[in-house]
Amino acid sequence: MINLHWLYVLAGAMFAAFAISSARDATNPKRWGNTAFWGLIAVSFWFGDFLGDIGNGILVLALVAIAGVHLLGKGSKPSTTVEEREHFSDRLGNKLFLPALIIPFVAFVGTLLFNYTPLKNSGLIDPKSVTLVLLGFGVIIALITCYLWLRPPVAAPVEEGRRLIDSIGWAVVLPQMLASLGTVFAAAGVGTTIGALAGTIIPSGSVFLAVLLYALGMVIFTMIMGNAFAAFPVMATAIGVPILIQADGGNPAVIGAVGMLAGFCGTLMTPMAANFNIVPAALLELKNQYGVIKAQIPTAIPLLIANVLILYIAGFRL
Amino acid sequence: MINYWPLLGIALVVVGFALRFNPLLVVAVAAIVTGLFGGMPFLKVLGTLGHGFNENRYVSIIYLVLPVIGLLERYGLQQRARTMIVRMRGATTGRLLLGYLAFRQILAALGLIAVGGHAQMVRPLVAPMAEAAAEKAHGKLDDATTDRVRAMSAATDNVGVFFGEDIFIAIASILLIQGSLASFGIELTPFELSVWAIPTAICAFLIHGSRLLLFDRQLQRSSR
Repeated sequence: MINLHWLYVLAGAMFAAFAISSARDATNPKRWGNTAFWGLIAVSFWFGDFLGDIGNGILVLALVAIAGVHLLGKGSKPSTTVEEREHFSDRLGNKLFLPALIIPFVAFVGTLLFNYTPLKNSGLIDPKSVTLVLLGFGVIIALITCYLWLRPPVAAPVEEGRRLIDSIGWAVVLPQMLASLGTVFAAAGVGTTIGALAGTIIPSGSVFLAVLLYALGMVIFTMIMGNAFAAFPVMATAIGVPILIQADGGNPAVIGAVGMLAGFCGTLMTPMAANFNIVPAALLELKNQYGVIKAQIPTAIPLLIANVLILYIAGFRL
Repeated sequence: MINYWPLLGIALVVVGFALRFNPLLVVAVAAIVTGLFGGMPFLKVLGTLGHGFNENRYVSIIYLVLPVIGLLERYGLQQRARTMIVRMRGATTGRLLLGYLAFRQILAALGLIAVGGHAQMVRPLVAPMAEAAAEKAHGKLDDATTDRVRAMSAATDNVGVFFGEDIFIAIASILLIQGSLASFGIELTPFELSVWAIPTAICAFLIHGSRLLLFDRQLQRSSR
């Protein structure tokens, strides 16, 4: 069965190639820092399951140390100039979009095939990681297409991938670091503490205030943890189920679904949701690392108000 | 008696991010402080951190697309995306992103969340197209405006996927809601939950969509 481990082998190979290519780039004054950083990520993908928890912990501290003392740099050698790119673009025309669309297209067709044919039960792909496995397939097909059509130098995908990964820099591992911070928060009992705290602020008999507190609790806790999944069980236990559903008789489907969506408004406003908010800022080379969050706040706040109204009206008045 | 000390870790994260220390450093320090105040010995904290990091490697799988995207950029993909928009009549930044918002929400509602995303779609296609549309109407953009157009492109991708995906019944968050409520003896089907994602999805489209159309006017004003 094709599962996540196949992808980890592939990702490990890619980061190992980035490490080697960094070591050979004399235009980067900090090339050994980059080599060590991408090399450690390759080690994590390949051997993470054999290192043990403490071993992985030390690996994490090493990554943090490299980033913390600013040992990551960038090479300065551009692969092709803007003029060359304009020239290529004119010569190759709109066909250039095709390889880029292979990845989403494989995801599209693959998901449909998997969900609506007997493929689902064939045991070929692990159903839990089907989206990521299809992404991996899409990448491989797109790479083969590019090699056959454009005939780039053999190492070109590695060099170009490294150019992009260097521009993201340390933010590459931030989403994974935040997920492990979540694990530590859970183990140290942060969730139960916040739940207990939210439970002590019992609104005085006003359904609307209870709804407001539930939605705001989802937003704030989501902003702290970086995702609404960690917040939902805590807020459901503290307010959603005992007060809104059991005491006030709210519609459980509305309280559940819209409560989660109120949390998503929090996801739009927090740097802790790094893969949605911080990594894109690096990927798009924005000067302000909080630029994406700034663009999202004016959508998130009115949408939160809409969610509070939906919770109140659909949950209690319909 | 509740132990409030672990909450100190949250305060450290907030202060660290606000003062713009290196976020990796902030997160590592916050994790260790939280664990120690939560009564865990140091090695246990280190092990929990390492375990969490290893278990969440799948988050970083998305970077596999970078070699393909980088290679296509070498052959002028961003320039091609610009050319296409410049030739298209009536294309503005706001309308283009509005179309992308609808596309992203509808596909996510059908469970196709992997069609889209910052590395595969926004950087190589959506952002260059949005920039080209802005330049076509308003001339060369200054750096601050370019960044605003790019940030709006990324924001549109996020809003589209967040407020589309819950309409699909087999998505992780719907299953989590179902499981959490079931532990209290409240039995719901995924379908009962996912229909209640529709009103919010419509509100998200109206709110963010209006902002996108207003964005065209803001670009107009800042170009004068």
